[in-house]
Amino acid sequence: MTQYVFRRLISMPLLLLGVATMAFFLSHFTQADPLSALVSERQMGNPEVVAAAKQRWGLDRSMPEQYAIYVKNLVTGDLGVSFRTRRPVLTDIAERLPATLELVIFAMLFGTTSGIVLGVVASRFHDRPADYAARFFALFGSTVPVFWSGLLLLYLFTVKFGLIPGPGRLDARADQPPFVTGMFTLDALLSGQFGTFLDALHHLVLPAFVLGWSVTGIISRLVRASMLDVLGQDYILAARAKGAGEARTLLRHALPNAMIPTLTIVGYSFAYLITGAVLTEAVFAWPGIGSYAVDSARTLDYPAIIGVSLIGATAFLLTNLVTDVAYAYANPRIKLG
Amino acid sequence: MSMVLGAKAQGKPKITLRPVLIAGLLIVGFWIVVALTIDVWTVYDPLKLVARKLQPPSFEHWLGTDALGRDVMTRTLYGARYSIAISMIVVVCSVAFGSLVGAMAGFFGGWTDSVLMRLVDITLSFPPVLLAMAVAASLGPGLQNTAIAVIAVWWPVYARLMRGQVLDVISRDHIEAARAGGASSYRLLTKHILPLSWTPTIISATMDFGQVVLLAASLSFIGLGAQPPSPEWGSMISDGAAHFYSWWIAFGPGVAILSLGLGFNFIGDALRDILDPREL
Repeated sequence: MTQYVFRRLISMPLLLLGVATMAFFLSHFTQADPLSALVSERQMGNPEVVAAAKQRWGLDRSMPEQYAIYVKNLVTGDLGVSFRTRRPVLTDIAERLPATLELVIFAMLFGTTSGIVLGVVASRFHDRPADYAARFFALFGSTVPVFWSGLLLLYLFTVKFGLIPGPGRLDARADQPPFVTGMFTLDALLSGQFGTFLDALHHLVLPAFVLGWSVTGIISRLVRASMLDVLGQDYILAARAKGAGEARTLLRHALPNAMIPTLTIVGYSFAYLITGAVLTEAVFAWPGIGSYAVDSARTLDYPAIIGVSLIGATAFLLTNLVTDVAYAYANPRIKLG
Repeated sequence: MSMVLGAKAQGKPKITLRPVLIAGLLIVGFWIVVALTIDVWTVYDPLKLVARKLQPPSFEHWLGTDALGRDVMTRTLYGARYSIAISMIVVVCSVAFGSLVGAMAGFFGGWTDSVLMRLVDITLSFPPVLLAMAVAASLGPGLQNTAIAVIAVWWPVYARLMRGQVLDVISRDHIEAARAGGASSYRLLTKHILPLSWTPTIISATMDFGQVVLLAASLSFIGLGAQPPSPEWGSMISDGAAHFYSWWIAFGPGVAILSLGLGFNFIGDALRDILDPREL
């Protein structure tokens, strides 16, 4: 067990180097000229301006040199400077991370809860209308484009019903709560600003729902399948024979065992949340890493894109590691290779 | 992607799923027919300005008109061409490339396996949309580059799938027999191993069509895919976002992506029950 964790841990830097190498080469075998993102069209004819820009961003060095510089900087935590914001990429990302984390945590809460509930309901009413309805709701969520459902729901709830405030994290006139974690809901609570907390929560509901819905399906499918599996086993029959009520049988006897395989998928669905977060943030003008990535991609700002990809891959690899280890603890029968 | 497949309930004759298969075939068939024949029966030109701009749905324009006065319904129907073409290209190329890599890794083992699978691991370390964005951004906007970006994200899934299958099949007795009979590596792989290894790939590929349509549309939505004035679903939704109060601009293309995704999912689900009755 310890050995397995250890081996996974040492392979991390290697995987990360691979990830960095790949991201680097991707962005450099480009047909799009990064200069066009740096120098205005009018200045392109001016050789001095072009040369100065090239020198400033190291574009005049050879590719291996650029790569060596890049990796050396990475090791020291330097992700380079964004062409667009002219600030260190790491600073940009760090500033926007809390917004994304807050959104992803709330989305995960919704997605996991609804996924488990739907999965249990579907398994209880196996092959009956409730099963079909739960499955369809889940499938719908994982098939619907979040940038479309987000847009329409935003229109519906803000313009038509006036129930939800517009995009953004807080009311435009509201002051941000004092910075502790950068997550507005938590910070507002910590400083006792209950009004701000409600405002932040109000702004979170819709994007978190849209984003969470996209993982509901992944989770509920697995919960349903493993519940069906567990419900067919003898000990469930024994529990029923002893007179355990339906709720008790389902929730106390069946669900805990059915949750073991589900644990893995909850971890892995994090990748889908990142994917979805990029697009959700773009729709809801959510000032997180996702919208940063979109803006960077649009302007071919490759230090920023590489930076976000690296952070995303790191987060992804770490969650997978944690998931695998947690799974091993939850189910000691699993053999780790 | 493969992990979306999740698990399937235990066996039971799957007669109940047939309506789902039919629904899936009808939806996907509808879009394919539209994509192939739209030129013949279209009422409006998808690129021409046919009415006043930003008109809500009406009898003449079922889904209204967009910011330039083009018919949204016509553009949505034409969009099927882009999405179907791109998902075909992406799935076929990813399956071909990924399966080749996976089969080689599984068959030859050793160093070939290590190197190829590390490449797969690295590619799969990226959250798909970020990698696709990085690739699409570095190649520059455009449909062709969108296809390349999505292939770059998708092939490793099939490589893993195929490697697992090949490793499974290779240990069976008939391979030993063929090898003893003097079959060459090439013959072993093409005649004895691959024919037995395709099933999971086919099921997975069918399910993936919908996801590919979605990812390609996402790239266009971001502005990296099809460029204006192409009637592509993702970029139409992006137009809709720019004209937030005219909800009908985005409505049709979203329904289109959703329906195609559901359709492929239905077919994939049914296919899995038919081809692979074991629990997956």
